[in-house]
Amino acid sequence: MFMDVSRRHFLQLGAVGVTPLGFDLAEATKVKQRLRIEGATVSRTICPYCAVGCALLAYTKKASDGHVELLQIEGDPDSPVNEGRLCPKGASALQLAISRRRVESPMYRAPGATEWAKVSWDFALDKLASNIKASRDRTFVTTDGNGNVVNRCEGIAFAGGAAFSSEEGYLATKLMRGLGLIYLEQQARV
Amino acid sequence: MVSLAATFGRGAMTNHWRDIRHADLILINGANPAEAHPVGFQWMMRAKLDRGAKMIHADPRFTRTSAVADKYLRIRTGTDVAYFGGLINHVLRNNLYHDEYVRMATNAAFVVAEGYSFDEGMFNGFDPQRKTYNAAEWAYETGPDGFVVLDIDHPRSVLNLMRAHYNRYTPEMVERITGIPRTDFEEVAKLVGETGKPDKVMTIVYAVGLTHHTTGVQLIRSGALLQLLLGNMGRPGGGMNAERGHANIQGNTDHAISWDILPGYLRIPAPGQQNIDDYLARSASKKLRPNSLNFFGENYRKFLVSLLKTWYGESARADNDFAFHHLPKPAADASWLSIFDAALRGRMEGLMLSGMTATSIGPDSNQVLQALSNLKWLCVMDSYATTSSEFWRAPGIEPSNVQTEVLLLPATHWIEKDGSFTNSGRWVQWKEQVLPPEGEARHDHWMLAEAFMRVRTLYERDGGTYPSPVLQLTMPYRDPRRPELDEIAQEINGRDLGTGQRLATFAALKDDGTTTSGDWIYCGHYPESGNLAKRRDGIQDPARNDPTGMGFYPNWAWSWPLNRRVLYNRASADPAGKPWDPTRPGIAWDGAKWTGDVPDYPATANPADQASPLPFIMTSEGMGRLFSNGVADGPFPEHYEPVESPVDNPLHPHQSATPVAHIYLPDRFGSRREFPYVATSYRLTEHEHYVTQHVDQLVALQPEAFVEVPAELAREKGIATGDAVRVSSKRGKLEVRAVVTSRLGPLTIDGKKVYQIGIPIHWGFVGINTGQHWLANALTPFVGDASSRTPEFKAFLVNIEKL
Ligand code: SF4
Repeated sequence: MFMDVSRRHFLQLGAVGVTPLGFDLAEATKVKQRLRIEGATVSRTICPYCAVGCALLAYTKKASDGHVELLQIEGDPDSPVNEGRLCPKGASALQLAISRRRVESPMYRAPGATEWAKVSWDFALDKLASNIKASRDRTFVTTDGNGNVVNRCEGIAFAGGAAFSSEEGYLATKLMRGLGLIYLEQQARV
Repeated sequence: MVSLAATFGRGAMTNHWRDIRHADLILINGANPAEAHPVGFQWMMRAKLDRGAKMIHADPRFTRTSAVADKYLRIRTGTDVAYFGGLINHVLRNNLYHDEYVRMATNAAFVVAEGYSFDEGMFNGFDPQRKTYNAAEWAYETGPDGFVVLDIDHPRSVLNLMRAHYNRYTPEMVERITGIPRTDFEEVAKLVGETGKPDKVMTIVYAVGLTHHTTGVQLIRSGALLQLLLGNMGRPGGGMNAERGHANIQGNTDHAISWDILPGYLRIPAPGQQNIDDYLARSASKKLRPNSLNFFGENYRKFLVSLLKTWYGESARADNDFAFHHLPKPAADASWLSIFDAALRGRMEGLMLSGMTATSIGPDSNQVLQALSNLKWLCVMDSYATTSSEFWRAPGIEPSNVQTEVLLLPATHWIEKDGSFTNSGRWVQWKEQVLPPEGEARHDHWMLAEAFMRVRTLYERDGGTYPSPVLQLTMPYRDPRRPELDEIAQEINGRDLGTGQRLATFAALKDDGTTTSGDWIYCGHYPESGNLAKRRDGIQDPARNDPTGMGFYPNWAWSWPLNRRVLYNRASADPAGKPWDPTRPGIAWDGAKWTGDVPDYPATANPADQASPLPFIMTSEGMGRLFSNGVADGPFPEHYEPVESPVDNPLHPHQSATPVAHIYLPDRFGSRREFPYVATSYRLTEHEHYVTQHVDQLVALQPEAFVEVPAELAREKGIATGDAVRVSSKRGKLEVRAVVTSRLGPLTIDGKKVYQIGIPIHWGFVGINTGQHWLANALTPFVGDASSRTPEFKAFLVNIEKL
């Protein structure tokens, strides 16, 4: 199931493997790859899917109009975790990164509405902030029935985070606890 | 993670991916790493190919993991305690445990206080009114010196109680409960029993196939007990290796996106704890033996005060108990199930979901949809539409009837931001920003920071309920509305407030408000020399980068705590400090200090010195806990049936399921008559939960929802591969195609033929290919484990019919 040879080694092996028609596939692949990532910037990232934590190399190029194009993602051959290998999910990470299916702008659906409405960030964030404030004010308990100071907000929940960078997750915890939230979850249980 | 913390002191995979190659025997339970963690699985294959390790796969389904295992055991889902219990019994009865290790590193010799009992499926300390145990009644006997009495031969020593407890788990009983034929079980027991020697190591690998049960915590703990008995904890090639399913589930558990903890596994305070002293009295453990280091308990105050100082800055002072009063104090469980339960009862107004779709995750998706409709508002932050952002127009729902106000905010991807991911093996790997944010997408932390700052402005302008924590929370970033992850990483690491320097270790944290640290277990990852998670000294130069040859690669990224690669590694060496197996050393005493991996032990504590600490520095015992009161459902793991089960518990039919499972909605369970088949849910290689429904290549590889049906049952029902079938539970239905397979055979459970149906979870009504009744979690039960409230996704009852 797993190749005993590293990808590099594989390419070397491939270099002497000529097809019956005399066409050297590996050479052709190498040339194509060279052209595709030539002059590209290499960045180091990590697979977004499972917690094996496979290291990825991402190749990008900046066009003259400033647009950054993602050319290729591959396993980092230097990683003690994956040694360059990837599963189908990691290997297709590029398609998750660049997709026509992304949410394009903040969307709002009013109570009872049958469609989304496109809204500005300003509208969306004001809406979120005023909802948080109103629900917090309505459901905040400073002292419980036994006279204990509890300072908790009972009517708002936050869930998410398994796809956050750790630092984002930490900030989420800090801000939510700062608001007094007690309902706080991510994917660890589910 | 509750079970590992209750047993060893920390809730995380004890070893790391590459380390698994050092194992001689690999037990895989509740996991299918060949398909769910394929690249991690290479290290199990390396153990097999390079050192002839044997691999045993116990699973309801014959998967690609089974295909390369040396032995496949078809086990009924949710019965792994019986399997591990049987192995424990085999090891104890035949004295195959690693005696010297057990005495050195476990609480086997601790004497349990009088009053302990286990009878007809019930432990002592049960409160029938509240349906909970009082775990404080599972205590040790203390001597006149105030410490626990040790006597391994005492009738109430942990070891002897354990013998009595597992005595019932005979191979016949294992067969009756699990369906594993006795001869197969005995063959495996023989292999397992051989690893209780210093020169043999076994590892246990598991995933959510163990956690997703009402007995999930105990399923894992039963494996952990076996590992302690055989002397496999703390050793390279050993351990309890939890494979986590999302890129950064570990990091964000560490940073406490979890109702019951604060960063670094500090407990959330409870009502009645009016100050830090009250809190510590309930949260920080006290040492039970004179030379127990009890590191966590002894330093709890430093970690908490440094956190409060980080969060509340100038407002956290010694004279106001460092603003302890600002911390929210929940009265009851506030975990995942409780969120939706509160919403169903009309007590939840708003929900923020970030990269997590409640509708698909369930359990009991129909109830979750109802819960979402009960909210005043929902805010979904995601890169893609989800079954939660679109819930108000899910098939069968009339949007005009749904009064919930919904926001969908476009979030950036992992590749459009930097920051670190912590993998299962606790390796904190920094990633670079590769692309700028696409279109209008924003980072989650920018949305949250901006929303928070706007809430702050509203409180400044209009006032409101208890505004102080909102006004006083520190936002010490160059732009508080757009903090950089690098700034936050530094905050997590912490500083000496006197010098302003970042700290190199949590040993430097103080309880007087002169240090900060946002998460003490990450203290040291970003010292003055720079961000160690960025390090990439990898395998191309092993001579330089892997000095011990053990594959620790200490300068590749950073692992918590303090860059230790194998947790509890003091136990990898014998009492004198010599590695149990010199060919696979973890750490070794060189006469002056410990060498090898970063020691999980004081670096210069001489093993010859009687006063040197006991090996497990994080527990109050100083030992690994065979007996533990850190769990809610019993000090020893016991087999209980899933809440929906095809049989009564052969061990104690009158107490079939655990008495302390948390049942929210009592009328949503089905009977075996109506729903005669066992079902279990799982992932496929090509998908990751639900987000991959937006990835063309992966949808092309696995395009459509299906269920796997055992061939014999399919014949009975006239179902052929490709037929449309309806699978139903008391809670909902799934209408998909059938794949008829011999990978799911029938089992004989307590003399009765039992079929198991396999249900991949990935589909719904949002994505490239969708279907009206494709939500797998419409079937799963809304019930949680007593300790962790993890839902029982992996064992429930269904019926199946051809459409
Ligand atoms: S490439 Fe596959 S195995 Fe590796 S982290 Fe990604 S999903 Fe997991």
